Amino acid sequence: MTYLRPKFAHPNLPKNKLGFTRKEYEGSLSTLCAGCGHDSISAAIVEACWEMNIEPHKVAKMSGIGCSSKTPAYFLSNSHGFNSVHGRMPSVATGANMANRELVYLGVSGDGDSASIGMGQFVHVIRRNLNMVYIVMNNGCYGLTKGQDSATADVGSKSKSGSINQFEGIDLCGLAIELGATFVAQSFSGDKSQLIPIIQAAISHPGFALINVLSPCVTFNNNVGSTKSYDYVRQHIEATSTVDFVPFMNEIKTDYQNDEVKMVEMHDGSWLRLHKLSQSWNPDDKLSAINALQNSHLNQEILTGILYIDNKSLETHALLGTTEIPLNKLDESTLCPKDGFLEELNSSFR
Amino acid sequence: MEPTNVKDPEYYHKVVDCQYACPAHTPVPEYIRLIAAGKYTEAYMVNWESNVFPGILGRTCDRPCEPACRRGRLEEEPVAICRLKRVAADNKGDISAFIPGPSSISNGKKIALIGAGPSALTVARDLAPLGYEIHLFDDQDKGGGMMRSQIPSFRLPAEVLDGEVSQILNMGIHTHFKTYVSSLKELLNKKYDAVFIGTGAPKGRDLPDLEGRKIGDKNIHIGIEWLASVAFEHTDSIGEKVIVLGGGNTAMDCCRTSRRLGGKSVKVVVRSPFAEMKASPWEKEDAVHEDIPIIDNHVPLSFVTENGKLVGMNFDKVHPVYDSEGKRKLVSTGESPVFIEADDVLIAIGQENSFPWIERDLGIEFDKWEMPVVDKDTFVSQLPNVFFGGDSALGPKNVITAVAQGHQAAISIDLFCNGKALTERPAPFTNLFSTKMGIHEWSYNNDISNDLRFIVPQASKEETLKDRKKEVELGFNLPTGFKEAQRCLNCDVQTVFTESKCIECDACMDICPTNCITFTANGEEQDLRSRLMVPALNTTQDLLVSSKLATGRVMVKDEDVCLHCGLCAERCPTSAWDMQQFLYKVTKAGNSCH
Ligand SMILES: Cc1cc2nc3c(=O)[nH]c(=O)nc-3n(C[C@H](O)[C@H](O)[C@H](O)COP(=O)(O)OP(=O)(O)OC[C@H]3O[C@@H](n4cnc5c(N)ncnc54)[C@H](O)[C@@H]3O)c2cc1C
Ligand SMILES: Cc1ncc(C[n+]2csc(CCOP(=O)(O)OP(=O)(O)O)c2C)c(N)n1
Ligand code: SF4
Ligand code: SF4
Ligand code: SF4
Ligand SMILES: [Mg+2]
Repeated sequence: MTYLRPKFAHPNLPKNKLGFTRKEYEGSLSTLCAGCGHDSISAAIVEACWEMNIEPHKVAKMSGIGCSSKTPAYFLSNSHGFNSVHGRMPSVATGANMANRELVYLGVSGDGDSASIGMGQFVHVIRRNLNMVYIVMNNGCYGLTKGQDSATADVGSKSKSGSINQFEGIDLCGLAIELGATFVAQSFSGDKSQLIPIIQAAISHPGFALINVLSPCVTFNNNVGSTKSYDYVRQHIEATSTVDFVPFMNEIKTDYQNDEVKMVEMHDGSWLRLHKLSQSWNPDDKLSAINALQNSHLNQEILTGILYIDNKSLETHALLGTTEIPLNKLDESTLCPKDGFLEELNSSFR
Repeated sequence: MEPTNVKDPEYYHKVVDCQYACPAHTPVPEYIRLIAAGKYTEAYMVNWESNVFPGILGRTCDRPCEPACRRGRLEEEPVAICRLKRVAADNKGDISAFIPGPSSISNGKKIALIGAGPSALTVARDLAPLGYEIHLFDDQDKGGGMMRSQIPSFRLPAEVLDGEVSQILNMGIHTHFKTYVSSLKELLNKKYDAVFIGTGAPKGRDLPDLEGRKIGDKNIHIGIEWLASVAFEHTDSIGEKVIVLGGGNTAMDCCRTSRRLGGKSVKVVVRSPFAEMKASPWEKEDAVHEDIPIIDNHVPLSFVTENGKLVGMNFDKVHPVYDSEGKRKLVSTGESPVFIEADDVLIAIGQENSFPWIERDLGIEFDKWEMPVVDKDTFVSQLPNVFFGGDSALGPKNVITAVAQGHQAAISIDLFCNGKALTERPAPFTNLFSTKMGIHEWSYNNDISNDLRFIVPQASKEETLKDRKKEVELGFNLPTGFKEAQRCLNCDVQTVFTESKCIECDACMDICPTNCITFTANGEEQDLRSRLMVPALNTTQDLLVSSKLATGRVMVKDEDVCLHCGLCAERCPTSAWDMQQFLYKVTKAGNSCH
């Protein structure tokens, strides 16, 4: 068993604009089961951050409990991280974000962590539109505690031991749209060509960005009859669009905009190019997104891509009117203004 | 691309870079693992089987394996393959039980070997155990050829040479030493079933027309003749000021030997630029370490004599000019000639073949360079019962090439004596087996050592310059040898892929530390090479391409910088990757004939 990553890298490994190779974005060697979908998502995060030239020390990885929540150890080892309590990642992330708004907040959670014990927290962080990426590594089970059905397991899905799930599964994407989420995407751990640009778009999005990633649990939920296995997901996947993330494209040619191609400008000047595969759906139209999702349930399809995006959203800091400066950079004179200031303030209330 | 045919043993053989580059295809990682396990005797025997002279080669081999070593593509220095061989040789136990003695069977065939250099000794070793009666002729009084007459004792101690030569001679070889074969015709008349010629390239080049050559003759020596006369103790001193002409390994041996025989100011003067000299980098280093300046870009103009005695040489200073094809020309700088003082000059500017003793009417054809026409796979001459090998076959090379050619000639002789076509060569011996011991456990050590190459310690210069027989290199001690052995990446443990098991989870692609693995749409080789995780620019290394997978993609693995760490196989949930140890042994005489 190998515990240490060999130090050697490919001698021709490309470097990004910061002069870093992908190696500088990797973490320690994963201890998850071989073939776990979560590891592929970690690799997609590495690739996305490397390509976007994000400085690793400007990222905070937040997680709860579960195999999924362990993954921050396996990517971005040069970033900050907080492995919190089961289901409580959103409140810790909120606190951190309030204190230092200059970091990229990358929340990683599981379907158990988010849809069961953490459901309350999940709901409220969406309501507040906290500026963070929230990735659910969704395997339909509690992987870490040996594969019990989770709240996202579909009705009728068969577990490894043969029992059939009787309860309705929670659709995290539908719920998020309902709650007013401003960026909602769904993807599959086994499709990096889609997942990587979605992660990049989510990082660019100013506000709460949910990515529900189907991520097969090879050990407890990859059996025949499971609706979260590699085979089932591959057979039932239906993409809304292909996604290209175009960083900081200054000039957008209008002829890109047509029935098939939708260009969405992101807050930071980058663009999303969505090649739509379905005519009846529009990523900035909430109703069409909800319709598309409901239809997919009826057709037993798994809809992937960026389902809904509101690129003009206001995130928590903007809503609360907090200071632009991270708390750790506020100096004494700003925090304790002179006597006159208090008088001025008081008089403004008179 | 078509799926790779891994059933062709040459595919996996090529992945073992060192073994593939070794002329005798020694299974290098196999013996390095044995050294790491402290099994020096076994490591020695793996070597002995394929290269015959592990102790000699562990000190003197030209080591074509090292520039080929994969490790050199990942960090500065390759594994010290050659010096690890010496660790095995120096620390082996009693091997007498494993070395064949005189054969108890006889097949009634008589073979004459002319020359007792490494090529002929290899033929003897391969054929004697099969029951051949071997007659070995050499003009020296002991076996070894140039390994005895040329390679100085400070690089190759006599005990090591004697030991490995006598291992062969003790197999019941009929030796005819101090016997110069002056006529091949006479020998052929003696009714041998086959004759092998391994007489080397015994003639050193001279500069006969250079001004002053004749007058200064007493103090002008041909390098290889002079080295031989030192080895045979006819010469034990040289002047204080010595010029050695030439930039090859012979020049390096000449200058270093001069330092030991009284040369105080010894200079090597070479026509070409330093970087382009023929000598191996380590030989140049050793010469410089012994205070021998190497003066490059100087072309000899004349020997300067005073009162009939050599006093030095004049040189023309040149600089290299390269044409558009990269061909070099040395152009004079136009400066006045450079005079360098010398009591003695050693000319070490190359060797030539010479066959005054082979009559030209026997049916053996010679080309315009007076070289015998020899088939370079079977080593047979135009006469079906006369074979060549070593420096006499295709020109001067080195010991390991002589050994490799000896093996091939032995196979040919065996086929010939059994009435078989020389082209019906037996196939190599190969074996491929899984190293899997448990879920994440392998029977080889798949941890990757981060150590840099260890330096072989040397005896002090004060000591070695006093005594020409004192070996300079001390060899690795066992702890260092172990650590150096751990640097080997086990390139023979192959990454074997089974399409039908792959569920395309990408885990192997994600984990591979050197980004060897890509799942992508198929394409032509050039296109595919450009679309990998890291483009595969080193076209000397193959791509392992799978057949079509369930999603329509193919798995492509660039063999170039695979660490053989097995992480892909550790991360694979279905064992679609397996780490399988591949053994490739070059075929030997006797393997399929009888
Ligand atoms: C100075 C020097 C240093 C070298 N150092 C190295 C080194 O470090 N490593 C390395 O790998 N290689 C080295 N080489 C090259 C290496 O020695 C040769 O390539 C190798 O020995 C060739 O082997 P061979 O079997 O062709 O025969 P040789 O070793 O050349 O032996 C031929 C033998 O045949 C005998 N012979 C010739 N004609 C007749 C005849 N008519 N009758 C009877 N006997 C005859 C010769 O006396 C000789 O003993 C060196 C060569 C030189 C000159
Ligand atoms: C407060 C608390 N309750 C219960 C647990 C036990 N527990 C650990 S992980 C886990 C479920 C994790 O499931 P999920 O978030 O889907 O992660 P996965 O392992 O499937 O990736 C549970 C219930 C716990 N650690 N803490
Ligand atoms: S690393 Fe070891 S097996 Fe690989 S080429 Fe070098 S010596 Fe040979
Ligand atoms: S053994 Fe596998 S993981 Fe290791 S370098 Fe080779 S291909 Fe990559
Ligand atoms: S880890 Fe195994 S199953 Fe997964 S993609 Fe690689 S070879 Fe296929
Ligand atoms: Mg889960």
